[in-house]
This record gives sequence, C-alpha cells and structure tokens, in this order.
Amino acid sequence: MAIWVSDETRLLVQGITGTEGRYHALACREYGTRVVAGVTPGKGGTDVEGIPVFDAVAEAREATGADASVIFVPPPFAADAIMEAAAAGIELVICITEGIPAADMLDVSRFLRDHPATRLVGPNCPGVISPGQAKIGIMPGHIHRPGPVGVISRSGTLTYEAVWQLTNLGLGQSTCVGIGGDPVNGTSFIDCLEAFAADPATEAVVLIGEIGGDAEERAAAWVERHFDRPVVGFIAGRTAPPGRRMGHAGAIISGGKGTAKEKMQALAAAGIDVVESPAAIGATVARALGRR
Amino acid sequence: MKIHEYQAKEILRRFGVATPRGEVTGDPAAARAICERLGGRCVVKAQIHAGGRGKGGGVKLAGSPEEAEAKAAQILGMQLVTPQTGPAGQTVRKVLIEEAVAIARELYVSVTLDRRERALAMMASAAGGMDIEEVAAKDPAAILRERVDPHLGLLPFQARRLAKGLGLEGATARQAAKLFAALVEAYTGTDASLVEINPLLVTGGGDVIALDAKMSFDDNALFRHEDVAAMRDLAEEAPAEVEASKYRLNYIQLDGSIGCMVNGAGLAMATMDIIELAGGAPANFLDVGGSASQEAVANAFRILVGDPKVKAVLINIFGGIARTDRIARGVVGAIEELGGVAIPVVVRLEGTNAEQGRAILRDAAFEFILAEDMGDAAAKVVAAAAAAAGGGA
Repeated sequence: MAIWVSDETRLLVQGITGTEGRYHALACREYGTRVVAGVTPGKGGTDVEGIPVFDAVAEAREATGADASVIFVPPPFAADAIMEAAAAGIELVICITEGIPAADMLDVSRFLRDHPATRLVGPNCPGVISPGQAKIGIMPGHIHRPGPVGVISRSGTLTYEAVWQLTNLGLGQSTCVGIGGDPVNGTSFIDCLEAFAADPATEAVVLIGEIGGDAEERAAAWVERHFDRPVVGFIAGRTAPPGRRMGHAGAIISGGKGTAKEKMQALAAAGIDVVESPAAIGATVARALGRR
Repeated sequence: MKIHEYQAKEILRRFGVATPRGEVTGDPAAARAICERLGGRCVVKAQIHAGGRGKGGGVKLAGSPEEAEAKAAQILGMQLVTPQTGPAGQTVRKVLIEEAVAIARELYVSVTLDRRERALAMMASAAGGMDIEEVAAKDPAAILRERVDPHLGLLPFQARRLAKGLGLEGATARQAAKLFAALVEAYTGTDASLVEINPLLVTGGGDVIALDAKMSFDDNALFRHEDVAAMRDLAEEAPAEVEASKYRLNYIQLDGSIGCMVNGAGLAMATMDIIELAGGAPANFLDVGGSASQEAVANAFRILVGDPKVKAVLINIFGGIARTDRIARGVVGAIEELGGVAIPVVVRLEGTNAEQGRAILRDAAFEFILAEDMGDAAAKVVAAAAAAAGGGA
C-alpha cells in the first residue's frame, strides 16, 4: 500500500512540451507511471513520444480519465496551471515549478478552498513517489525500494539522501512526499501524517524539515496526539544565520522564529526521534523499527 | 530583495503615506543646500541596508545647514557597524537629509506574510522606536495583530480597531487608519515581503508620519515590478554574492573556513550542519542547483577559492537525475579550467553511477580526498582545514 499515488494513478503532465516537462514525463513513464496525457495551450492535437497533448486540462481529463497532474509550467503561469487543474476536477495536483510569487500562491490557496476535492502538493518540490508503483516528479526512481517507511520532506536532494540511507539499510519506502520549500504551499506535514496513519503498510515515518515557519512545530503537536508509529525527524539549517534566505523561499529565520533549535525541541518534546546528524537518518529509522 | 529607507519612502508616498520631507545625496555640500531648503534644521541619516543605524552613529541631528554639511561629511564614507551589519560594518555611500519633526509619540506598524493563516498580517504596537522582537518576547500582549485578506486589503473596522488599540483618537486615529490601509496597498501593490514603519510618528500637531521605513520584496515577483527591481543596490551586497547571482548560484557568505558546494538547498543546509557537528565552521551556503552542470561547478569553485577565509572545500553531490559520472567530469574540468586549486578538496559523490564518478576523481591529476558518506566527508574536510590553517596557509 501507499498514499495518494499508486499503479492505478492516471497522470497528465502540464507543460509537457517544454524541455523539463518532456524529459520528466518520459522518465515517469519509464518508471512505470501511467502517463496518459499532456497539456500545453496551443499544442493540442500533437503528441510527445505517443503521449497525446491537449490544449486544456479539462479536455485532457475528458478524453483520458486523468486523475493526477504534474506541473512543469514556468513561474509566471504556474498558479494559473494549478487552478486550471483544480477547476477540471483533478484530484492530485503536484507542482514542481520553483519561483512562484507568494502572492500568486495566496490566490491559489483561496481558489482551492472552493475546490476541496483537489489536493495540491508543492510547489517547488520534487514530487511524490510510491516505489514500485508510480513516480510523479523529478526524483531519481532507482534509489527507492518498496517498503514500510513513509518519507515527508520540504527538500529535494536531502530527501534523496535520506531515502538512499534507508534503501542501503534494506528499508524500503511506502510513499515519499516532497511538500516543497515555499512559504505558501499546498499539502502540509500534517496532511501527509494523516494519510500515513490511515495506511497500514506504513510502519514508520521520516519527517525532514528545515528552518522557517512553524509547520514542523505543528506537525510535532499532531504526532503527539494522533500518531502512534515511530517518527524520525531531522531539521536542516542549525547553522543558518537569521534573516538570510537559504535557497528555498520558505527557509528563513525571521523575527527570531523558525530556528532549527526550536523545531528540534518541539519534535523531541512530541516523542519524535530527532536526528542531529543528517548522516544518521537511516540508522535511526532502523533502530526505531527494531531491526538493525 | 532589500532597498534603502529613502527608496521605501518614495514607494510609500506613491501610496499616500506621509513621510518627512527630505532628499538623498552622496555629497556633503549638497546636504547643506538640502538642509537650507528644509528650513535649516534637519536629520542626517546614513542609507545602508541594515537596521540599528542610530546606535552605530549613522543618524545625527543638525541645527543648521553648516552642521548638516559637517555631519554628512562625517557619516559619508564611514564603516557603519550596527547589530545587523556584522563586525566589518557597511560603507555609507548616501545620506538622507530630512526635516526634523517634533515627536509626541512613537508607534510601530508592519505588514508581512502570515504563512499559517495564508494571508497577510498587520502588526502594530504602542512601543515604537524599540527593537520589536524584544517587545514581542517580553510582552506579546503589547503587539496588536490583524489578519488581512490580500484582496480585500485592511478593512476599515480593522484599521479603526488598530488605531484605538494604540490609544489614538479623533483626527489622529482617522489619519492612522488611512495610513495603515495604505501600507497594505503598498505591500500588495509591489509584491513586498515586508513593510515596516518603526517608528511611526505622532507629531505634536497630531499628524501621523512614517519617520522610518523598511521594505523588502519577494524575489520571485520582481519580474513584474521593473521599477522595484531597478532599486537594487549592488554596493550593499557582498561582492561574492553579487558574482554568484550572475550565474544564478544560490550563495551566502558566512564566517567559517570550510567552503561548501552542494546540489540542492536542503542538502546544502544539512551539509553546513554536519560540518559544525564535526567541529568545523562553514564558510558559505552554496546551492549549485539540482543538475550541477560543469559550468555551474566551475563558477562556484572560482567564488569559493576567491574567499581568503576558505582553507578547504567540501563538495557534496547527490546525483539523481544528473548522473554523478558527468558531475565528476565537471568537477575535474572546473579545476583544470582554473589551472588547479591550492587548497584540499574533499568530495562526496552519491547516486546514479557513483562508482564511475569516484573512479574519474581518483584518476584525475588533481588529488581529491574522497569520502564515503556525509559523516566521513565532514570529518575529512574539518581535518584538512585544520591542517591547512596550522600549516600557515
């Protein structure tokens, strides 16, 4: 089992005729994902290596029964792409695009309140993968193995690092979700935890946070009250100076808030196994699962 | 992106926010003329991108045009050190000459993004002119807060509630309410990430004026605000960071001795963290991007080794989509392009084709120190940096 993404998922790719969209659409298909359609306004009627391209998401959904979308549209147009997918009734929308203005994402959150059937993951994220079933995003598929560990992260390559450690210890993953590094995003840590709680195949969860905001603190409070499986947490950015944006638009310590230390304390207080060293994530999960 | 006080005031005036009259200059003689135009009494304010300027001697009152010229001459060119500049300080290149205003009360007001609420937040306090973070820590109740819908703006009842909460009455309260709404309009109208007025002044005559102003902007939205983007002052940014931004490298200079080059922001932060855990100190944050192309690696190298503090370099690459053998060739090519590097370079490569990647590094003319994993890499680079520093490098 897994969450949100499975071998039944029917994926459409928004921005499929761009360099990145095309490359990753084909990489997802190669992994085994059912890529049923692409959307690029003005390119309807063409195809990308056999994947039919449509002018609009609604048309693509109508013709192919797509129920998930991954977005590779440039930042100025990405918010529109997300809202188009939601308006067309797509259940799962994963936005890879980095660099969307915060104001645009506020508009998107407001729009999504009227489209509660749509789940947005990201933006500025690597995507979602249920190893052995389907991958939707830009993560390298081959470092993953099917298994019992759920992974939730605000980062890209740091998630790969954690997954790689797990895989090398023989610990596969149920689903890995990159929720993205922006200050205003869709799916939260808590949304992921709720889904993992309902998935009997997920025996432990790795939660990878970073400085900025209070999403990790809120997740910790939720874990304390509702989640009884082992959770291993890491927070990146203990050495980050206040007021400097560390790459991700959301990774900034502002007003003395959102420091790694505060977050680690909140996680530990909630009974989460906090890892100080990013090199020890896999081993800590193995220990937590009691099968070293 | 940050801008200067005088630029923030320019923007705010466009939205109807009252500010003291004033002009900016880099020339003491001009400061004298401006002061004359303002009526002979003025304040000379250093323009740098850091707060706490008053404490560092960057804000001075002048009772006459002559004094304005003298004070401007004093401040221009000085290395102004404030709690926000770091010990080296920042060179003052411009001063803002403003009319001196009689102060009755000093308030605080700001607009920022409220991530949790997915809306904007306006915060106000009667404790203006002070470090607002200290106020928030000591007495959270002293800060008033309104959730603001970016499309509706600050609603009139919210503006009235804030004014009342600050103890303002009558015409002053009405003026303040209007100003609060204008600040929100300035925020949304320019895709700002912060508008902060500290202090917001109530004059002896009951007028409400933005005595100071700080604005910063969402970098992701600058493409639709050319006028704001044109306000960027490269002289205020570390030269290496300006250089890095030309190549779209994400680089932030820090105080340590270990240069880091990593692909991905989260992994870059984690790499800095593990260096510290190993007893070292990172010299920078540097994200070369997920694909880590040879060009990006070469540019990054140039910037890292150009920092005299750097005694050793750690390259930590997790090759996903980008194959590590290709990245390894990029690293070797970059060092050849630079004609070699005089400091130790520790490399940790993992991911797709990692074995081939490591083989390329082993066979290279330059002697890389190869590491097995992140922990090993941190230990090796800290040792290498200590040895290099001890060797009188």
